[in-house]
Amino acid sequence: MMKFRFRRQGADPQREKLKQELFAFNKTVEHGFPNQPSALAFDPELRIMAIGTRSGAVKIYGAPGVEFTGLHRDTTTVTQMHFLPGQGRLLTLLDDSSLHLWEILHHDGCAHLEEALSFQPPSRPGFDGASGPPSLTRVTVVLLVAAGDMAALGTEGGSVFFLDVPTLTLLEGQTLGPDEVLRSVPDDYRCGKALGPVEALEGHLRDPTKILIGYSRGLLVIWNQAAQCADHIFLGNQQLESLCWERSGSTLVSSHSDGSYAIWSADTGSSPTTQPMVATTPYGPFPCKAINKILWRNCESGGHFIIFSGGMPRASYGDRHCVSVLQAETLVTLDFTSRIIDFFTVHSTRPEDEFDQPQALAVLLEEELVVLDLQTPGWPAVPAPYLAPLHSSAITCSAHVANVPAKLWARIVSAGEQQSPQPASTALSWPITGGRNLAQEPSQRGLLLTGHEDGTVRFWDASGVALRPLYKLSTAGLFQTDCEHADSLAQAAEDDWPPFRKVGCFDPYSDDPRLGVQKVVLCKYTAQMVVAGTAGQVLVLELSDVPSEQAVSVSSVDLLQDREGFTWKGHERLSPRTGPLPWPTGFQPRVLVQCLPPAAVTAVTLHAEWSLVAFGTSHGFGLFDYQRKCPVLARCTLHPNDSLAMEGPLSRVKSLKKSLRQSFRRIRKSRVSGKKRAANANSKEANAQLAEQACPHDVEMTPVQRRIEPRSADDSLSGVVRCLYFADTFLRDAAHHGPTMWAGTNSGSVFAYALEVPTAVAGGEKRPERAVEAVLGKEVQLMHRAPVVAIAVLDGRGRPLPEPYEASRDLAQAPDMQGGHAVLIASEEQFKVFTLPKVSAKTKFKLTAHEGCRVRKVALATFASVACEDYAETCLACLTNLGDVHVFSVPGLRPQVHYSCIRKEDISGIASCVFTRHGQGFYLISPSEFERFSLSARNITEPLCSLDISWPGDAARARYPTAT
Amino acid sequence: MNRSFHKSQTLRFYDCSAVEVKSKFGAEFRRFSLDRQKPGKFEDFYKLVVHTHHISNTEVTIGYADVHGDLLPINNDDNFCKAVSSANPLLRVFIQKREAEHGSFVAGSLSRRRKALALREDGPRRRPHLHISMPHDFRPVSSIIDVDILPETHRRVRLYRHGCQKPLGFYIRDGMSVRVAPQGLEKVPGIFISRMVPGGLAESTGLLAVDDEVLEVNGIEVAGKTLDQVTDMMIANSHNLIVTVKPANQRNNVVRGSRASGSSGRSSDSTASRHSLPVAHVLQNLHPDEMESDEEADVVLEGVLEPRLVPRPPPGSLARVNGASLAPGLHSPGREGSGSVHRLLSSLRSDPRHSLALPPGGVEEHGPAVTL
Repeated sequence: MMKFRFRRQGADPQREKLKQELFAFNKTVEHGFPNQPSALAFDPELRIMAIGTRSGAVKIYGAPGVEFTGLHRDTTTVTQMHFLPGQGRLLTLLDDSSLHLWEILHHDGCAHLEEALSFQPPSRPGFDGASGPPSLTRVTVVLLVAAGDMAALGTEGGSVFFLDVPTLTLLEGQTLGPDEVLRSVPDDYRCGKALGPVEALEGHLRDPTKILIGYSRGLLVIWNQAAQCADHIFLGNQQLESLCWERSGSTLVSSHSDGSYAIWSADTGSSPTTQPMVATTPYGPFPCKAINKILWRNCESGGHFIIFSGGMPRASYGDRHCVSVLQAETLVTLDFTSRIIDFFTVHSTRPEDEFDQPQALAVLLEEELVVLDLQTPGWPAVPAPYLAPLHSSAITCSAHVANVPAKLWARIVSAGEQQSPQPASTALSWPITGGRNLAQEPSQRGLLLTGHEDGTVRFWDASGVALRPLYKLSTAGLFQTDCEHADSLAQAAEDDWPPFRKVGCFDPYSDDPRLGVQKVVLCKYTAQMVVAGTAGQVLVLELSDVPSEQAVSVSSVDLLQDREGFTWKGHERLSPRTGPLPWPTGFQPRVLVQCLPPAAVTAVTLHAEWSLVAFGTSHGFGLFDYQRKCPVLARCTLHPNDSLAMEGPLSRVKSLKKSLRQSFRRIRKSRVSGKKRAANANSKEANAQLAEQACPHDVEMTPVQRRIEPRSADDSLSGVVRCLYFADTFLRDAAHHGPTMWAGTNSGSVFAYALEVPTAVAGGEKRPERAVEAVLGKEVQLMHRAPVVAIAVLDGRGRPLPEPYEASRDLAQAPDMQGGHAVLIASEEQFKVFTLPKVSAKTKFKLTAHEGCRVRKVALATFASVACEDYAETCLACLTNLGDVHVFSVPGLRPQVHYSCIRKEDISGIASCVFTRHGQGFYLISPSEFERFSLSARNITEPLCSLDISWPGDAARARYPTAT
Repeated sequence: MNRSFHKSQTLRFYDCSAVEVKSKFGAEFRRFSLDRQKPGKFEDFYKLVVHTHHISNTEVTIGYADVHGDLLPINNDDNFCKAVSSANPLLRVFIQKREAEHGSFVAGSLSRRRKALALREDGPRRRPHLHISMPHDFRPVSSIIDVDILPETHRRVRLYRHGCQKPLGFYIRDGMSVRVAPQGLEKVPGIFISRMVPGGLAESTGLLAVDDEVLEVNGIEVAGKTLDQVTDMMIANSHNLIVTVKPANQRNNVVRGSRASGSSGRSSDSTASRHSLPVAHVLQNLHPDEMESDEEADVVLEGVLEPRLVPRPPPGSLARVNGASLAPGLHSPGREGSGSVHRLLSSLRSDPRHSLALPPGGVEEHGPAVTL
């Protein structure tokens, strides 16, 4: 009898072909800022920039839309990266001292980043130093010499090795050991001490035979590679951090661990220089931290730039992340909110130019990239067209709006422009402009909305490869929070020295956790929006093109509905500011509804045509008419036995037991799934191997156990409202359709209400001022009690009903109101389609019973065929707790395809996933990065770009014949 | 329907350790008390009852009225304990002469006496006072199925959880299983039963044991699935769980073709096998017709479990909001075939008791959800 359940659909070849035309899985592009960047490089010729990360990823960025991504085989930190100028090749040094050569290759006109060669230094036993042959133990610094044909590798042991770059082979015999250098050093400097590791290697811009070597102890040597001798020696005595060689070669700058820097003249004969021309501690006289990196750039106008990171007074500002820019008398201390990884200037690198003429300074921080315009007085920041720090405040929710009407798009863009005034037209535009974007203009505009912990909602242009910030909405201004004046106070407390300047937008500190945004809904036709937050606040906002000053209507809705014996032990509700408040151009709040108790909003939906907003928390749900500004309905969904949610005084004993059980469950869960991502892959393999070898007696170790017990009605949090939905459908009888509202809870209950919405007079936008009424029509208890994650009504043709206004404005095909409607209820375990108005099961698919996975996210999406221009199918896309994406036909609920998308350990990635209406999706791969994936064979957004690369020597080119 | 309210009220009295017993023999009543925690042995109870009623030289059978109003036998330690522990708060005991026992213990209620209860003296162990009724008086809670199509080393167990208030009561774990492969023995990861909850359904069946390897869950092989996946699959199927195990103890396997021994039920149909099984463990009496459900084992509950399904707001809260009600013709609480929903359309009614009442036959529910 069980056989029937697993009846296979006959492999219909036609259907299989159609499936191939409809569905294809691709991870297309990563949006946002790379997680944990560790290295930076810039190619001044191609004007492309590379960022390496601690997980071994390499990302190359040029003009907006030009992006390349590569991943090292080992997930090892990328410590250094160097472009071979103009060649589209990149040499990377990893934390394990291995070197990798990456190449941008063109296939079919499009460029891709591929790893060409790698070099693992031979690890020899023994000491690296004078006693034995120098070995390449640990590479500290890499310098490309001779136009990138050769690389010098400085090591911890103080030796400099040379490497042939095209083949990545060590040039034996050319190695420069510390002994050779020490021979040229006066005896009194030597005094038996080693030189220490090589800290810095610098090349001469015009004379490739000369290399400037800086040792940790402070010794600087200009080494002539051709003559194999030291041209000049500078007997520095301060521990060296970094070096910069001025372009003419006559001046050197060294920075030191005590926070000082020194300028040395290289033109003073052949005798060793013992004293620098200038030595200064810019933030002295008290002890300062090390200056980690220093750059010297000269200008035609006179007055060179000295740019350095660190060097702050240890006691007072030792915890700041600063880059100082000094030109003549002007000093600006750029104060960043996260650690500085590296920085570079965009300047002229042609040898014939006399001056560097720096245009821009790019600073890579742990959490963002900041580019400053060095040509405009005041050195303003240049807005970045990509690499946006999505997580400037932690992302708490996200939503995607497809097919945004051009009018709304323009209004949002204009609101965003007024928010951050564009610099004057003379100002520098984005300086990293390499490559050409070959991707077609996106056919439709997509908006990604991210809600943040600090109560902001950010609007991103998600139409193309580069995720561009459009507009930022802040809801914090409506509420009184404790730490409001903290910022202004902090500003005032700072004296004028050091001349700090706050730069960057990464600000992870939230004023008040209650401000956090939980749910966002935008109606793209009316530009109305609902933002719901952690303290039960539900804000209805409207886009306005002019600033205004007005009061916001505040109401509260009691979701407990006189439920006895309940004490809310959570946070207070936010107290709104009263009176008229000034609102800038953009989304301005109109109505604030506060749920009582002020638990986080778990579901929200908006119907702009009916002027209704529905919201739910862990206690119940409510319906609010924001035109008449009055509540329509409130319904408590709490289960009386749910002591955890009830927290009533009568159930204290039980609640202790419950909470203990809960916390044990949590511990057990976290023990299994809470492991961190990076370490996990390795440890899992190791575990598997261990398990493989496990002897029988190993079994005695306490294994992880899982209890087999069905969900019970009194499980805690069963009353959490998981989804809300508005539909114009048949709830009362098969002859009359009308507005309905649906709510699904964590315990598998579905409530359907018939709404009495006064209909608008013909031509009138607003509905008449009559009360909306809601009457409970149906109540469905799913037998398996799994949380209801989505509800959708399908029309007579089996298609989902259009969004509000879509049909009435002829933007979508009107729904079929003749045939029988059906409601699709997706729980965490099953999908079911029920007929309407008589609720009886039509089709179902029991995902958990079959696959052992649970539904996390679900969405109805339209899949267009690649083969046929106007053939499309609406399907149900679903993401499971195992990170797999499944696609089901609607309303047949037949499995179509499934792909593994996210690692199942990546809980936050799975939780952050959002599907688009056209078969794409986004999920967070790190706090700062969205991965974009596509389930559709037709609708794919991926970088297509080309780069004009010139490789010296035809031999190398012949190895990789290009397609063009 | 309203008897369910008795139960919810009586839950409060669970703390009292004494159980009031009202014993009826003929027209005579006796009252005494028992310790709820330590009721003692059935034999002592039997002696006590005989003594209090001054019955001599007559064999009697003892029955009690359970929470549902059914008359159930007390004839061994287990059902005696059950009777005492489920007393609400009064334990009503009925004593009958052995000769006059026709139609005494039946499914349904005390008033509906329609079937004879056969008490047999020949229990498997031939212990005194162990009486076993006919299968149709009981609800099966587990069965071995598909004996004819499975290898002898495997056992497919079906657990009927509905109506039974016991937890399923077992845990599973990861482990290594040894398989015979062409290259010899190889170790493959497997899922094993790691623990039985004492008093749980799984333990009470005796068909599952610690260290049994789980091979299939409702027909789906678990090979290649993670512990969490298998857990979710089992819970998703918990209303009618069919697990195929390879018992750790292979000595009790069903031997094929030995029906005469009475130790095996050969069947191609689980329904048939259920009746022929010797291992029909009984918790409550229920008419077997009600077991004829589909493979999901949806069970129509007739108000037995409402107290656990009462997420109802106080009456009138809705009416206050909207002041209107739906047309009565709107609700059609028809029963549907696959029966996965129950529709409670009664929340608009003013009486909260009515809002709890499930329309008979119109509500389908997979069972109560009680854990520990």
